[in-house]
Parts: sequence; structure tokens; C-alpha cells
Amino acid sequence: MLVFILKRLGLAALVAVTVSAISFSLLFLAGDPATALAGEQATDVDIEAIRRLYGFDRPVLVQYWDWLAKALQGDFGESYYFKLPVADLVLQRLSITMTLGVCGISFALLTAVPLGVIAAIRPNSLIDRLALLLSVMGQAMPSFWFGLMLIVIFSIQLGWLPPSGTKTWVHFIMPTVVLGYYAMPAIMRLTRAGMLEVLASDYIRTARAKGAGEGRVLFKHALRNAIIPVVSLAAVQMGFMLGGSIVVESIFALHGAGYLAWESIGRNDLPTVQALILIFSMFYIVFTFLSDVVNAWLDPRMRAG
Amino acid sequence: MKSFMLKCGVAAIALGLSTAAQAGKSEDTLSVAFTKELENVDSYFNSAREGVVLQRAIWDGLVYRDPATNEYKGNLAMSWKWIDDLTLEFKLREGVKFHNGEPFDADDVVYTVNFVADEANGVKTQRNVNWMKSAEKVDSYTVRIHLKAPFPAAIEFLSGPVSIYPNEYYAEAGPSGMGLKPVGTGPYKVSLVEPGKHFVLEKYEGYHDSPKGQPSIGKVDIRTIPDVNTQMAELFGSTLDLIWQVPADQAEKLATMDQFTVANESTMRIGFLTLDAAGRTGEKNPFTDIRVRRAVAHAINREALVEALLKGKSKVVSTACFPSQFGCFQDVPSYGYDPEKAKALLAEAGYPDGFETEFYAYRNRDYAEAIASFLNAIGIKTNFHMLQYSALRELRMKSGVPVSFQTWGSYSINDTSAITSQFFKFGKLDDARDPDVRDWLDVADSATDPEKRKEFYAKALTKIADQAYWVPMFSYNTNYVFTNEVSYTPTPDEVLRFVEISWK
Repeated sequence: MLVFILKRLGLAALVAVTVSAISFSLLFLAGDPATALAGEQATDVDIEAIRRLYGFDRPVLVQYWDWLAKALQGDFGESYYFKLPVADLVLQRLSITMTLGVCGISFALLTAVPLGVIAAIRPNSLIDRLALLLSVMGQAMPSFWFGLMLIVIFSIQLGWLPPSGTKTWVHFIMPTVVLGYYAMPAIMRLTRAGMLEVLASDYIRTARAKGAGEGRVLFKHALRNAIIPVVSLAAVQMGFMLGGSIVVESIFALHGAGYLAWESIGRNDLPTVQALILIFSMFYIVFTFLSDVVNAWLDPRMRAG
Repeated sequence: MKSFMLKCGVAAIALGLSTAAQAGKSEDTLSVAFTKELENVDSYFNSAREGVVLQRAIWDGLVYRDPATNEYKGNLAMSWKWIDDLTLEFKLREGVKFHNGEPFDADDVVYTVNFVADEANGVKTQRNVNWMKSAEKVDSYTVRIHLKAPFPAAIEFLSGPVSIYPNEYYAEAGPSGMGLKPVGTGPYKVSLVEPGKHFVLEKYEGYHDSPKGQPSIGKVDIRTIPDVNTQMAELFGSTLDLIWQVPADQAEKLATMDQFTVANESTMRIGFLTLDAAGRTGEKNPFTDIRVRRAVAHAINREALVEALLKGKSKVVSTACFPSQFGCFQDVPSYGYDPEKAKALLAEAGYPDGFETEFYAYRNRDYAEAIASFLNAIGIKTNFHMLQYSALRELRMKSGVPVSFQTWGSYSINDTSAITSQFFKFGKLDDARDPDVRDWLDVADSATDPEKRKEFYAKALTKIADQAYWVPMFSYNTNYVFTNEVSYTPTPDEVLRFVEISWK
């Protein structure tokens, strides 16, 4: 197990360095950072001053090495845009995105798994059709539209929920629903398909034959096997939610890490983008690792492998 | 479980009510939305419109330009005079105190000017400050500012982007400290800064007898809400009182509703086409031929663009500057919409069947596409490229582009030197490279006699129009939408002035 973890960690470091190197060079390809930093109203003099100030006149490789050496010591530098330490900025924004991501994935799992199970127990029933309708809607509805509809109904018409901001947990309700609903259909379909397959298998028939209660058959025998691919999917979805909740963060003015990353790319704020990309890629690695651990716990066969 | 749910429900409703109660007249709190995340409140270290809005509320300049009459009035200075072409002397106002209690005097002016004029301190928009060499204290309330070269627009700049900071505090806090806890002499002091997302201003009770007037609204609460639809939702839900920079189609809808006032005002930004007259993209480039450039100018129905797309107070412009700017001579050759004449000019230039060209833009895709279709109509086939601003600018600086749709807001500086001189003096963005124009602009930019300046700007602008180096299109406008409790008349410089806002 130790070797397994060490291997994983080595791989993680390699992925992180590769991703950061690629993103660093891509940002230079996308446009001159000095021009982007100087802003639209800048004159040539402003741009040259910024180029000297930030050392953009040095070779890209030297600049990357400079960044990497500092980052390895935990110094992510100062945001070009906000003039604040990147670490503070990212931590503050990340807490919002983490809250939203955890709430979103919990909402998705809590609605999708039971619905998937029920749909699988009674395939082609009314409830299965309803679940299908829900998931098709979730997949087809763009989040920006769904988010705005929720705002129109619950903030404007009913006045129950605040439309934007992060002050209290109430502010997170609508963003959670929008973000979670987006991830829900895939999880539900996968649960349903897995359950259908498992319920048709021999060992379930055996379990029923030996007189196990229906609940025990469903949850102890069937779901435990059907959920394994769902765990892997949820891990990827979670990574996606943390890095890709840009639309939701923008509609509900949450000022999270996803929105920060998106805006920072447009602003060529290299230190911020680099730190965020590093963190996002680490998230994917951590969640995939966690899902492997969970799956190993669910399925003893995986522990051996 | 049931009681927990009940508690949650009650809490949710209570919270909903409390957020709703934050805005509006009853709480004396004006809730405003910004669309963009402001990088740093320190006005020397941001280049955003939002930054200008905060700057005018928190700080004061030595001079104030009345936005209605364009007349210069003393603010932190009581009077000023030119000692010679390179020296300005100011008599300062006595008895002014900064928000933190620090008294205002000559030391503050000297420190601020010397700090911002030093390139090493990295002020973001160098043009705003790099005309100043240094400042010198004569006595406690007399200051001299030394210029690097004659710069007649000095007073305009001192009334705009150059605000005076408290020397003791700024020496200690620096730009990032100032950004987090701003201190000025302005009508509003800052009680909260959450970088980029939330700013709270409070009326400064000790505000001096300034030409800006006295603040009326007690508290201004500004939140950054990137999505304009969410801003509108908050306006409906009365958690916002005022939004601005509202797109024309949304503003039209809001204007039909009784509970809101929609005020449209022009901005100093103009849109224009740049044409590669100097042949930077190749000697044989068709735009080096004046007939082709004039054909382009005749091809575009600018009135229709203003009517259908920009709307509001936008106007067609024919000069390479914004009409209110000092020296922006209006009586230049102009080109009416005449596609037949355009086609004839193209044929005369040797392109009876038109030609194909690359066409670039970085904002307002809809405007750029409309322009492209006008060009297509006379036979100029355009390969349209929409780029990020920095990418397009880099391309233009390196090798030039044949045609591009550009805009320029002059940083709200009411002087032609802020626009025409930025683009026609052989800089990297100069696609005309006309030595006459450059020499005339040089005279106009540095002459101290206003009449001489006007004369030479007129010469330069006339030649630019006659040669059709640029095809000026239209001025931009912006919409301010506020609830009926709010009383505000916007000014044509796109600066939202909280000090001018009051409750009805």
C-alpha cells in the first residue's frame, strides 16, 4: 500500500509540473502579458514600463524556472492584477468554491443515487420515466438559464432566497441546486444502468433464494457493486465542479476560484493562473486517488490489484 | 428534525428579509453593482472605469473640472498660475483633513507627485503622471510642480487622474495598503474593502467646502456582480438601487417599467476603423491607395449603426477624437453613406471586383460584423477575426493589420492629446505614418497658447480626415438604471459620481 501511495504521489508531482509548464507557455502564446496587464487604455510607454517591471523581456524558460523555484518553496508570488499575495487570494476564493463543490456533489449524489436505484427496481414504470425526464432536462438545460430561472422565481417572485453573494449558507442554496443538477443526470443514469445489470446477475438471485430481505439485497448486495463506477464518476465530477463552476459562480456573484481562474486568464495574471492550475490539477489527482481508495473498500478484489 | 427544519425556514425568511432591507432610502444606503472585479482601489494602480468612480469619491485633486460647464475650479488648491512653461504654482486650501485625521498641506502634494512621477514605483497608467518631473514645497500651503516638457493639458490631468494622497500614511501603507484601507480627503471615506468584490463607502462628515458639492447619501454599498441579468434581478428584488453600463436592449425593457429610471448618457469612447495606409502589412496592400480608404469611408452607413445598434445618445463622429475634447476640430471633410460612389472609387483604384482582406476586432462583435457586411456589400470580402484585446494590440504593434475595428475612451481626458496624439505620432500603433500630421500634433501638444493648439489640432485632424487614415464611426453611450427613490443626472464622461446622487 505504501509503494502504491508513493507511486501515486510521484505521478501527481509529475502531472502538476507538466500541466504548469504547458499552461505557462500557453499563456505567453495567447498574447503579450505586458499588453494585457497594461489594460485597454495603455500607451506604448505604459506597456514597456510593465514589461521591464515584471521581467517579461527575459526568455520564457527563465521566467518559468524562476516561478517554479519559488513555488516549490511555497511562494506563489503576488497577483499582477490585485497586487495581493496569490496564496491569500486563492485560499479565500477556494473556500467558496470548495463549499459550493461539496454541497453540489452531495446534492447530486443524494438525489441521483436514490432516484437511480428506484428507477432500476421498477424499469419502465412511471417513476423511471420521471427520473429519465429529470435527467434529460438536467443535461439539456444550460446552467446559466436554470440559474436565472431560479433567481426569477425564488428571489424576485417569492422573495425567499437572496440572488447573489456568499454571506450566509442561504446564499448557497440556489448555486448548489444548479451545480448539483448539472452533475446529477450522469450519476443517475450510471446508477440505474449498474443496478439493472447487477439485479439481473446470478448472485442476486442466490441472495433472494437464500431468503435475504429485499432491502438487504438491494443495498448490501446490489448497490455496493453498482456504485463502483459511480464513485469514479463522482470524483471526476467533483474535480470538474471545483475548476469549472465558472458559470454558476458568475451568475450568483460568488467570486470563487473557478471565476477567478477564468478572469485571471483574460487578465494574463500569470502567478494567479499558475497557482490555480496547479491546485485544480492536484484536485483531480486527489479525487481520483480517493475514489480508488473508496472503491478498494467497496470491492475487495480491487485491494489486491 | 421537524423543529430543526422549522428553525431553518424561519432563519431563511429572516435572512431574506434582512438582505432586502439593506438597500434603499429607509436605510440611507445606496446599493450599487460593479460588473468588473476592480484590481486595486489605489487609483494609481488600476486602469478600470470602476477605479475612476471610487477615485472621485474617496480622493480629491488639486483642481476640479465641472462636468457640466467644463470649467476648472480650485479643489485642494485655491488658485494656480504658470510660472513658466515648465512650472506650475499652486496655493493650497487650508484646514482640510484626510479621513484618518492627518492634516492636508504642501508635504502631501510633494510626496504624492514625487512618488507617482517616479517610474520605478510602477504607476499603472504612466501617461497620467509621466509629464510631471517633481514637486517642490515653497511654504506649508504653496507648492510648485515641475514638468518634464511643456504640457498644456496639465490642468486637465490634475483635475482628473492625479489625486492627492496623505504623505505619512502612504509612506507607511504603500499601494497595497492604500488599496485595502484607502485614505483620502474626498466626500466619501471607505469603511470596507473586500478586494475585487465588495466596497462600502460612508459619507465623510468633515468634507471641505469643495466644488464637488457635499455628499448627501449616508452609505454606498458596492458589490461586484459579473452577470448583468443577476444585477437586474437584484434591482427587481430591491437589493440594488443603481446599476450602470446596462446594455441597450436590457435598458429599453427596464425603461418601460414604472419603478425604474433609465438615464442614457454619452461616454468619451469612440469607435473607428484603422486602415493600413502606411503599407505596414505589405507595399501592395490596397489600403495604401487613398481611393480605397475613401471607398471604405463611403461604404459604411454609420447613421444606421447608431440607430440600430448603439442607440441612446451615441452620435456619428467624423473626426479622430471625441467632440467635447479640447482641440477636437469638427469642420473636417466627411464621407456620407454612398455605396455606389464607394464601388466607383474601388474600380478607379483598380479593384472593379473588390478584393479580399483580413479584418480584426476585439470588442462589440455585433458592431464589427455589421461593419464587415457593409464592406462586403461594395465588394471588399472580409475574413473576420475576433481577438483578445492584448493579442490584437500585439499584432498591430508588431506588423500592423490591414483593417481593424478599434475603440478608445481617452481615459476621460477632455483633451485631443489623449487620443489623436496617441495614435498619429509614429508610435507602434500608427498606421498612417504621416510626418505632417506628426509635426502638427507635436506643436499642438506642447504649445501653451490655446489658440495655437486649436489651430494645429485642426490642421492635423483635417489631414487625417481628408486622407481617411481612420474611418471614425460613432461615440459610445452608457445606461444608468436606478429605482425611483434615487435622484441622479449622469455626466457625459462615464464617471458615476456618488456625491451628486441623492434620495428623492
